[in-house]
Amino acid sequence: MNGLLEIFRKELADSFNSKRFIILFVLVYMAGIATIYIAAQNIRAAVGDSTSNIFLNLFIVSGSNMPFSFPLFMSIFIPIIGIALGFDTVNSERTSGNLSRLLAQPIYRDSLINGKFLAGLTMITILIVSVVVIVSGLGLRLIGVPPEAEEILRLFIFVVVSILYGAFWMSLAVLFSVLFRKTSTSALASIAVWMFLFLFMGIIANLIAGAVFPVNQDSTVAQVADYDSLYRMINRISPGTLYAESIQAILVPIMGSSSPTMMMIGIYSGLMPSPLPLSQSLVLVWPQLVGLLALTAVCFAVAYIKFMREEIRST
Amino acid sequence: MSDNLVIETRDLTKAYGKFMAVKGLNLRIAEGEVFGLLGPNGAGKTTTILMLMGFCEPTAGSVRIMGYDPVREPIRVKSVVGYMPEKIGFYDDMTARENLEYTGRLNGLAGSRLTARINELIDIVGLRDRADQPVGKYSHGMKQRLGIADVMVKQPRIAIFDEPTSGIDPEGTDQVLNLVRTMARQKVTVIISSHQLHHLQKVCTGVGIFSRGRMIASGPVDKLGRDALRKGNYNIVLPIAQLTDRVRSEISRIPGVFSIDSTADSTIVSAEEDISGEIERVVLEATGLKVQMKVEEFELEEIYMKYFEGSGTGI
Repeated sequence: MNGLLEIFRKELADSFNSKRFIILFVLVYMAGIATIYIAAQNIRAAVGDSTSNIFLNLFIVSGSNMPFSFPLFMSIFIPIIGIALGFDTVNSERTSGNLSRLLAQPIYRDSLINGKFLAGLTMITILIVSVVVIVSGLGLRLIGVPPEAEEILRLFIFVVVSILYGAFWMSLAVLFSVLFRKTSTSALASIAVWMFLFLFMGIIANLIAGAVFPVNQDSTVAQVADYDSLYRMINRISPGTLYAESIQAILVPIMGSSSPTMMMIGIYSGLMPSPLPLSQSLVLVWPQLVGLLALTAVCFAVAYIKFMREEIRST
Repeated sequence: MSDNLVIETRDLTKAYGKFMAVKGLNLRIAEGEVFGLLGPNGAGKTTTILMLMGFCEPTAGSVRIMGYDPVREPIRVKSVVGYMPEKIGFYDDMTARENLEYTGRLNGLAGSRLTARINELIDIVGLRDRADQPVGKYSHGMKQRLGIADVMVKQPRIAIFDEPTSGIDPEGTDQVLNLVRTMARQKVTVIISSHQLHHLQKVCTGVGIFSRGRMIASGPVDKLGRDALRKGNYNIVLPIAQLTDRVRSEISRIPGVFSIDSTADSTIVSAEEDISGEIERVVLEATGLKVQMKVEEFELEEIYMKYFEGSGTGI
């Protein structure tokens, strides 16, 4: 563990003092508070006569003047946070001339990348936990309905999944910071991947699934189901989809399936869904969680191996 | 001699594809030496240093630093070796003191011992007044001096400086070279690479001349000079223009003397050995005068030019 703790401490202190982190904090808090405020105003209409999971509804409901719910905001901001914390991990040390100097000290080379990754992960955790706690507290004050035990558990899982999602984007950004010498290139590459997955993955999945299983008004339910499963399979390459599906299953227990199409089919065929218990929701999102974890591990492992084998030149 | 060798390489070779950066290097540096690496850009100096530090793996051959292999036992090597890279950098938003503290902690130092050590070093490198300013405001020369303090934090047995004097003004250069001398006085073995030959001549007890990956000559400067410029012979300079025939014939009878030449204001005796003591005795017996004489010294520049004469590789 030579040096790991020292590097972790220094990086954490640096993050806390950096303007970058203050900007992220302000951004995320503002978004969180705004969405919860809108949700609290619209919650009465949304909940209706239902008495279960009222508190969770705070995190789902959105208003007409601001069509963003809290999880949707998180799904946009978390990649930005992860990228912002990771994109210059290694290459900034290199260009500033600190890398050779640090690695000439009696520390293991991986302590540097591990320490920095752990510090970033800690920052993500602090950010997400604090925003969820603040937003929950605010929501509690606004609607006055306390959460049930299961709702608290679901929120906790939501936090864990969100941290995992942030870890994925950070490990991708760390990978680019090892691969590219310039910080601007690694930042741009990370953002490019995010934009691609965010904007084009759905279109591409739609094109491929539509070509393989064409559907129209006359299609049978089986054909629609085929199309839908292929569409979702391709979409799941994107970690954004994995995240969206898992938080939907966690925060919207009434959703029995992660596919909106299948939900619609279920509703039209007269199968009104009832809320799933937490254990069943977990079973539903287990593959998504493992997928996210695997993507994170792969990105970090590639970055780690590349960094360990690299020649350390100061120029 | 061989029992206090601190650095020893055997047939050390580094190839990048077909390009041989370092070929069959046998470097032997004894404790307390100040060894200069010189040669044109791309001659293999920096690559040699990287292999000594374990920053890149040798293609063939071996390195031993105080008996340790830098690739297999990097922590042991790095706890006794200080390294200042060519383009040294610090954390610009941290003060000089904070930067040194970080280095100290990475070396397992802490508390009042570390503080005392840093205060001492800041005094030695003459940065007392600026020690609590961010390093971003430092001039290049000050950063180089801070770099030397950074190397000394761990109290190394060996210090390696890659181009420590490049790009700084004459005053800064003098300060850096004085610091290197200070280290040498504290029995630290120093390796220093530089293009600025007169700088090396001022501090080095031995030099190695590199060309195209090979060390083509090594040893103390005066020996290199005799080998390169005088075919291994000694020239002894007497500050007397005209010797009497009797003294002249007495000197020519000393074993090893093969020529006596007169210039406008001195006489040069060439011999196979350093016979200045003999000459002094002969002159004293013949004339009753005690003459001051000296063995011819060489400019490293001259030696260097001799080696690279006609080879087309500039400095």
